Amino acid sequence: MKAFIGKRAISSVISLVGLIIMVFFLSRLTGDPTALYLPLDASIESRELFRELHGLNDSIWLQFWNYVQDIARLDFGDSIRRSRPALEVVLEAFPWTLLLAFITMILVTFFAVLIGSLAAFRAGGVFDRFTSTFSLIGSSAPDFWVAIVAIVIFAVQLRWLPTSGTGTIWHWILPITVLFIRPFGLILQVVRGSMISVLSSAYIKTARAKGVKTRPIIFVHALRNAMLPVITVIGDQAAAMLNGAVVVETIFGFPGIGKLMIDSILQRDFTVILAAIMVTALAIFIMNLLIDLAYTLLDPRIRY
Amino acid sequence: MPEIAEPRPLLVQIYRMLMADKFALCGVIFLIILAVSAIFGPIFLEDAATRPNLRGRNAPPLSMENGWVNFLGTDSVGRSMLARILVASRNTLQISFISVFVALSIGCALGLIAGYSTPRTSNLILRGADIIMSFPSLLLAVIVLYMLEPSIFNLVLVLAITRVPVYLRTTRAEVLEVRERMFVQAAVVMGASKRRIILRHILPMVIPTLITIATLDFAFVMLAESSLSFLGIGIQPPDITWGLMVAQGRPYLVQAWWLAFWPGLAIILTTMSLNLLSIWMRTALDPVQRWRLEIGRKTND
Amino acid sequence: MTNRLLEVNNLSVEFHTVQGRVHAVRDVSFHLDRGETLAILGESGSGKSVSASAIMNLIDTPPGYITEGSIKYDGQNLLDLPRDERRQINGRKIAMIFQDPLAHLNPVYKVGWQISEAMRVHGVPNAKADARALDLMHRVGIPDAEAKMNAYPHQFSGGQRQRIMIAMALGMKPDILIADEPTTALDVTVQAQILSLLEELQEETGMGLLLITHDLGVVAETADRVVVMNKGEIVETGTAASVYKDPQNDYTKRLIAAAPGKAPLKSVPDITPEDEPLLQVQHLSKRYGAVEALTDASFHVMPGEVVAVVGESGSGKSTLAKTLLRLQEPSGGTAMYKGRDLFSLTERELYDMRRDIQMVFQDPTQSLNPRMTIYQIISEAWAIHPEILPKDAWRARVSELLTKVGLLPEHAHRYPHQFSGGQRQRIAIARALALEPKMIVCDEAVSALDVSIQAQVIALLNDLRDTMNISFMFIAHDLPVVRDFADRVIVMQAGRIVETGDTETIFAHPVQTYTKALLAASLEPDPEVQALRRAERKTLLMDIQADPDAAR
Repeated sequence: MKAFIGKRAISSVISLVGLIIMVFFLSRLTGDPTALYLPLDASIESRELFRELHGLNDSIWLQFWNYVQDIARLDFGDSIRRSRPALEVVLEAFPWTLLLAFITMILVTFFAVLIGSLAAFRAGGVFDRFTSTFSLIGSSAPDFWVAIVAIVIFAVQLRWLPTSGTGTIWHWILPITVLFIRPFGLILQVVRGSMISVLSSAYIKTARAKGVKTRPIIFVHALRNAMLPVITVIGDQAAAMLNGAVVVETIFGFPGIGKLMIDSILQRDFTVILAAIMVTALAIFIMNLLIDLAYTLLDPRIRY
Repeated sequence: MPEIAEPRPLLVQIYRMLMADKFALCGVIFLIILAVSAIFGPIFLEDAATRPNLRGRNAPPLSMENGWVNFLGTDSVGRSMLARILVASRNTLQISFISVFVALSIGCALGLIAGYSTPRTSNLILRGADIIMSFPSLLLAVIVLYMLEPSIFNLVLVLAITRVPVYLRTTRAEVLEVRERMFVQAAVVMGASKRRIILRHILPMVIPTLITIATLDFAFVMLAESSLSFLGIGIQPPDITWGLMVAQGRPYLVQAWWLAFWPGLAIILTTMSLNLLSIWMRTALDPVQRWRLEIGRKTND
Repeated sequence: MTNRLLEVNNLSVEFHTVQGRVHAVRDVSFHLDRGETLAILGESGSGKSVSASAIMNLIDTPPGYITEGSIKYDGQNLLDLPRDERRQINGRKIAMIFQDPLAHLNPVYKVGWQISEAMRVHGVPNAKADARALDLMHRVGIPDAEAKMNAYPHQFSGGQRQRIMIAMALGMKPDILIADEPTTALDVTVQAQILSLLEELQEETGMGLLLITHDLGVVAETADRVVVMNKGEIVETGTAASVYKDPQNDYTKRLIAAAPGKAPLKSVPDITPEDEPLLQVQHLSKRYGAVEALTDASFHVMPGEVVAVVGESGSGKSTLAKTLLRLQEPSGGTAMYKGRDLFSLTERELYDMRRDIQMVFQDPTQSLNPRMTIYQIISEAWAIHPEILPKDAWRARVSELLTKVGLLPEHAHRYPHQFSGGQRQRIAIARALALEPKMIVCDEAVSALDVSIQAQVIALLNDLRDTMNISFMFIAHDLPVVRDFADRVIVMQAGRIVETGDTETIFAHPVQTYTKALLAASLEPDPEVQALRRAERKTLLMDIQADPDAAR
């Protein structure tokens, strides 16, 4: 197990290094790196000054070395817009995203597994057809569109819910609901498919021959076996959310990492973007490790 | 000696199997109409889509008062929504199609190489895929589009590269599985060359899976492109795509809901049709499952 | 009448399928008494398993419907019971074990948990259920039972898994145990152990045993009475001995006639010693890492000769076949064919050699490409070796080959899944013949087939040998089939050849203990002969258990 975690860590570090290198060279390849750091209308003098200050006139390898050293010290530099360390800005925003992603994924997993299992048990029935249709529409809807339509209906017309912010529990309802729909539809379909194939397997027959009741058959005997492919999808969806539900956060003015990234892109605040990428990457790495752990807990045949 | 019976023509088979799944049939009809109008529509409607008409601003939809071209309403400068949606559909579909096609070709080729070469090459290819896979594709797209200029070419490039690992891994996994199967061993025993085994035995097993994934991926890429354009880092005006149209309609949501509603609906319907099609394909492309769609077809024994 | 445990009357089961309604079971009646063993004998599709599923309420509705009849347990019609009362009968009064225990045990739960669950669901407190589960593990002969309670199904051998299934079924001391092909996938020696375990347990508890099987030998070994089923109907009923000695129904007669291993033993084949061997293998070995799968195997095959390789799972017989066909590389040794060593051929020579040595695999479902039609599958041989046949002659030759193996040429454009198992194996044989080989290696080529189909395929192979002078290397675990078909037999155990000889000698006068054990464990279809053999086996198996190394 320890060896496995070590192996995973090494491969993740390699991935991270790949990303760091890619970001650096992309940023230099585009010609003038000051364009990334400074406003588009910055004067030639200020650009020159910036170059001097940040060593952009050095050779590219020296620049790369400095860049790597800075990252290794977790020093991403100051946010140009906010005049504060970029990492601090990112770590302020990140918990919001983490909380939002966590709550949403818990709800998604719970409901998708529950409803998907029940739909699979009576595959082809009314309930199954209803949920299949719903999950199909859900997984097809673009979140930005659902978000703005929901704002018009619930916030503007009906005035039931606030449009943006995080102040009260009411502020959380719309973002969570909108974020919920797509992964819910996707995971529900996977649960259903996996559950149908597991329910027709031989050991379910054995359980029935033992006289096990229907509910334990579904939720004890079948579910744990059916969860393996589901875990993978849950992992993918959670990773996408950790990246910051960019669209939803932007629309609902939610102060998470997604909104921060988009704002920084529009304000050309490169240091913050860099810090945000690294923090997100680390979070995704930890989550992937948890997913692998979940596999070994669910299926004793998997040993790393 | 009795003659060997001729197989049925492919198109007839496809037609019959489509008739068995009405949902997929609707999806396919919608996609065909969409494709035809995306190809030919702009030729006739280019003008209506770009010429402002300040007197007919924000004309409400579902009325024939302003002519059939404006049946879906007009936008804030009086351009026909219908015409704009068709022009935008061309960009949207083109970007998604090319991205998926490029990703599929590269991914499949690399997957075959990874599945059929030395462990060292295979590892190198997989490591590359890992780097791309370990970050959500929207995040990568955001980074790259920030640093490069947001143009159609860059957008396609980014979307294609982020999707390559999906095809690469699927192809490789299938190759590794299929090459151990008995019928491949039987072909080896008959003296089949590597080339023949890949082309005749492995690829035909892999391609249906890849096409099914590609169909689903088409929807995914379309959503990603829409999101990027909506956020303002994808397609830039005056080019339009559905995602950008939703963004442009957003400030007018309360006064003129149709500006953002129709392009959003177009996205949903297209995505749904693609989903339905891929569900159908999963069955139709598998000879063992295919009978499910051939119910009602007379068996010939 | 307290002896009458189960009474099935006029049972009919229908399945609604795409082809319309299929009558899987029609008007079936039988009964089972306390302490009795009733065998239901039938081939695949006979409805024997469906009948058992009906008793256990395991038929999925839809597509299956019990349209008629009653199933009386203890005087009460199970079909009339409310759902929850019906469920409580399962496992408590009537229990069941299945074929393929690996698939029938839940892979993600510990076996101890699974055994005690069978009691917990019927209200036995946890601690008591766990204690009894441990007792049962001991009773069915799992070594080191305390520790193994916490192991998972994949950590056991096939025979142990079936023992665990049995332990699970016996938790509530049921009145009836239904065993659906309980020993089908197991090695013969393991089969003998499981069957005698079932018998002991039946004597201890007095339960009625309903044994579902396709194997006349299993019937002869265990059953008091037998019910023969064909196409959903009962065609014959009687005591095991009387049905075998004096079958009334045509189907039963054919089934008994098809049972392998009854033909008079072949005398030594008429091959003159001056003939050159077709294939001469020497000191062949194959290692996987530290595991030696094949050690120092030497033998030869004469032109037109059938050489059988027999052994249980893990004996190395499949490794031998794969290595000879260069599907994997040997670790050492030579195989001379037509003066060349098969293991040192160049690519080009190997390609030529492929024409001469062909293979027929165990499972035709997997050895035929599901996305190719029969025509494509067979004609691929000539696509690979164009010098055999010009393209315009392909059609005629495919028709000819299909006719030769007993299939209709009109079916050439069908896909493999549209054929039955026996037909698929014929297709695989036709494909092998397309290259006009000198030798065909059959890797368990008939073991997945029904007895009557098996006999037909063997007859086909025999015919090919006689008319085309093809040599066969016939790898099998089933001794009676080997006895009918082979000229010479090679017995393998744990990667080594332990005994070689002509068929008559091996079957009539085996020298090695292992060969003797193998023969003793193999079941005879005649109940009287089998009764004699049991006595023999008991003494022999005791010898082997006392000194396992003696078998080596």
